[in-house]
Amino acid sequence: MKISPSTNGDSLGHRSASLRRRHVVASLFKALCIGFTLFAVSVLGLLIAQVGADGLPWLDAQFLNNFPSRFPEKAGVKSALYGTLWVVSLTALIALPMGVLAAIYLEDYAPASRLTRVIEINIANLAGVPSIVYGILGLAIFVRFFGLERSVLAGAMTMSLLILPVIIISSKEAIRAVPSSIRLAAYAVGATQWQVVRSHVLPAAIPGILTGVILALSRAIGETAPLIMIGALTYVAFTPEGPMDEFTALPIQIFNWASRPQAEFHELAAAGIIVLLAVLLTMNALAVLIRYKGTQK
Amino acid sequence: MTLLAASKYRWGEAILRQLFFVCAFISVLTTVIVIGILAVETSSFFEEVSVTDFLFGTEWRPLLEPKAYGILPLLGGTMLIVVGSSIVALPVGLACAVYLSEYASDRARNIIKPVLEVLAGIPTVVYGYFAISFVTPGLRLVFDDVQIFNAASAAIVVGVMVLPMVASLCDDALRSVPSSLREGAYSVGATSYEVTARVVVPAALSGIFAAFVLAVSRAIGETMAVTLAAGATPNLTLNPLESIQTMTAYIVQVSLGDTPSGGLAYKTLFAVASVLFTITLVMNLLANKVMRKYQEVYE
Amino acid sequence: MINSENAVLEARDVTIRYGGHAAVKNVNLSIYEKKITAIIGPSGCGKSTLLRSLNRMNDFIDHVTQDGEILYRDTNLYDEGVDPVEVRLHMGMVFQRPNPFPKSIFRNVAWGPTINGLPGDINLRVERALKQAALWEEVKDRLDDSALNLSGGQQQRLCIARALAMEPEVILMDEPCSALDPVSTARIEDLLFELKQNYTIVIVTHNMQQASRVSDYTAFMESGALIEYGDTDQVFTRPKQKRTEDYVTGRFG
Repeated sequence: MKISPSTNGDSLGHRSASLRRRHVVASLFKALCIGFTLFAVSVLGLLIAQVGADGLPWLDAQFLNNFPSRFPEKAGVKSALYGTLWVVSLTALIALPMGVLAAIYLEDYAPASRLTRVIEINIANLAGVPSIVYGILGLAIFVRFFGLERSVLAGAMTMSLLILPVIIISSKEAIRAVPSSIRLAAYAVGATQWQVVRSHVLPAAIPGILTGVILALSRAIGETAPLIMIGALTYVAFTPEGPMDEFTALPIQIFNWASRPQAEFHELAAAGIIVLLAVLLTMNALAVLIRYKGTQK
Repeated sequence: MTLLAASKYRWGEAILRQLFFVCAFISVLTTVIVIGILAVETSSFFEEVSVTDFLFGTEWRPLLEPKAYGILPLLGGTMLIVVGSSIVALPVGLACAVYLSEYASDRARNIIKPVLEVLAGIPTVVYGYFAISFVTPGLRLVFDDVQIFNAASAAIVVGVMVLPMVASLCDDALRSVPSSLREGAYSVGATSYEVTARVVVPAALSGIFAAFVLAVSRAIGETMAVTLAAGATPNLTLNPLESIQTMTAYIVQVSLGDTPSGGLAYKTLFAVASVLFTITLVMNLLANKVMRKYQEVYE
Repeated sequence: MINSENAVLEARDVTIRYGGHAAVKNVNLSIYEKKITAIIGPSGCGKSTLLRSLNRMNDFIDHVTQDGEILYRDTNLYDEGVDPVEVRLHMGMVFQRPNPFPKSIFRNVAWGPTINGLPGDINLRVERALKQAALWEEVKDRLDDSALNLSGGQQQRLCIARALAMEPEVILMDEPCSALDPVSTARIEDLLFELKQNYTIVIVTHNMQQASRVSDYTAFMESGALIEYGDTDQVFTRPKQKRTEDYVTGRFG
């Protein structure tokens, strides 16, 4: 049975009565999406304004160079800032290679076996495990069992475990996003698996991987709970000199100040937040730059 | 390539493969150890407190007399935060993602994506600060019986905290839908709403759902913002304007305090952590299962 | 001979530019009712761009400008008051690579008519479209299966059914067989002979054999310009332009 196409009187022949309503719906939908996006952006503005208003008056060279103190005028973030930098650097050193290599394995090497499934499920689960549980883990394994006490290394290893799943997942996504046609073409000219990965897959995936790593590290910087669990002291009046030294960290210092009832300490917390955000902004700017350059190709 | 060189390649390949495998296997190891620690301490806890008392008791007072070990108030507190934050994060996050991937010009995208990334990168303790310095006072202006520490404040900021992650993941999911699919939908006379909401979003559903589940997981495990803003009063209530305590905030409280290790009070930490861990584990397993059902391959 | 009274679509002095580069230059072309018109030419000659301008699919590309007119019966499709969504109700499109929705086979075909509220029983409509696309027998027992489980050739026929279900007047096909194996290609070419009885078809193809087998009229484009347009027989056996002769005899492209 054949259908004959309908040709109505006038040239375009209105065929769908509800078009006007549907266009209105489309416009409303678009407006809704834009509106929600503006909301999200404006919250950021509000947050920065609030933090800036509270904290900027306290932000000076003295603040950056002093150690915490009972007296708000004399208090500073030096030990916290150094502690944070130490922990983050070590965490990056440990977690980045492990995470990327694990992702490479899972995307390009792993057979479709039961074990692979178990590993992947594990990673997905671990990404959702609350950071405080990692703190418990860090306490039991690194602090007690390995005897690292409350050192920078214990903190970094705990943090590495925390962000490892996230790095693996985002690296996997980045690697998977590389079209298999690229791999197939490389294999077709006789490359080994590692050559294919190294010269074709990884370069294409690097922007995505790096973005994911930097975001993961950003999360690590701001994590307080695990460090509290492993006992990073809140009153530390020195900067770490080596991985085995005790330390404190910016978010812990901020938390400490914010928990106190006095308004000055709240404002100090805000000042500490500004420092923390400055560090994070630098890292995020780096991530954006890398992603931008990556999509330029 | 000579045969000798070829076999050297194969050797190197095998070693690399093993190395990569070990890195991936560490995840399994981590899970095993976590479960081990929690299990050991929790069963020790259950030698002194009955399981039913723990799971169904409505009073949580492990540190003061009369002692009570019912976890429901902590669970209730956590759930209030989860529901409240989801109401904020899920619709807004998805809407942002839709805007970014379907409507935004390249220029708008290049501004807003980084903004969202910054929002995502803001540490939880900062959101906690924002809750106590801006949101709670704001709520008190609007409503009458808002306590200084309250669940709503924390839930709102946790929602904002999680929103960029939802937006980003949903954006990735939406963008991975090939443009040929959109073209096909437009070609049968569909409006942008129909193409976006009825074809593209459903096509990206697995990624979107995964984003939602991760968001809820984050909210459940969120510690610092709720510790700062929601309070330290275990309180089984549906009223978000009251002070509550979440499971995570309780764990922080114990580890910051002088609770002697080895005592029953100390073991409550692990018992609560076990519940926390189990809930997030179950959720993740569920999410993965759903994702696999809806998985579509485009290449 | 070409008789402009049966022209369904007419491109008049159409020039289409991406940024600075002109993909289509001053093309004048008429498409005739219930005929198959093939547009051939080397890669990058603008044939796809021209095709997509017929159903306003170029609207989705940034920085596209267009001069000239595209008339569908008596209306310029690019006039102010013309709704592009409505234009596509009259022109169906089949794309180079099969692009079925990740939905069931049934939903793929039914989706367009449903959102447009086209009259009649949707089940009948779907069945007719699938029969017209010569796919019904293969899928009638599994209409709820995912369309992505079909083979490439089947998916493309599904996409044809999807377009047919809208009962358009014109069907635009952009190299519909280029991603398919020869057997699937042959099936679709057979289909075109059937469809021609009820639909006006414009098919872009780089396969000259296909064009000469299937079409009534052939337009040859090169570097954005329309070099020659006429009866398929004439274009392939007695081309009027030297460039045409070079192309169809395989001297380039």
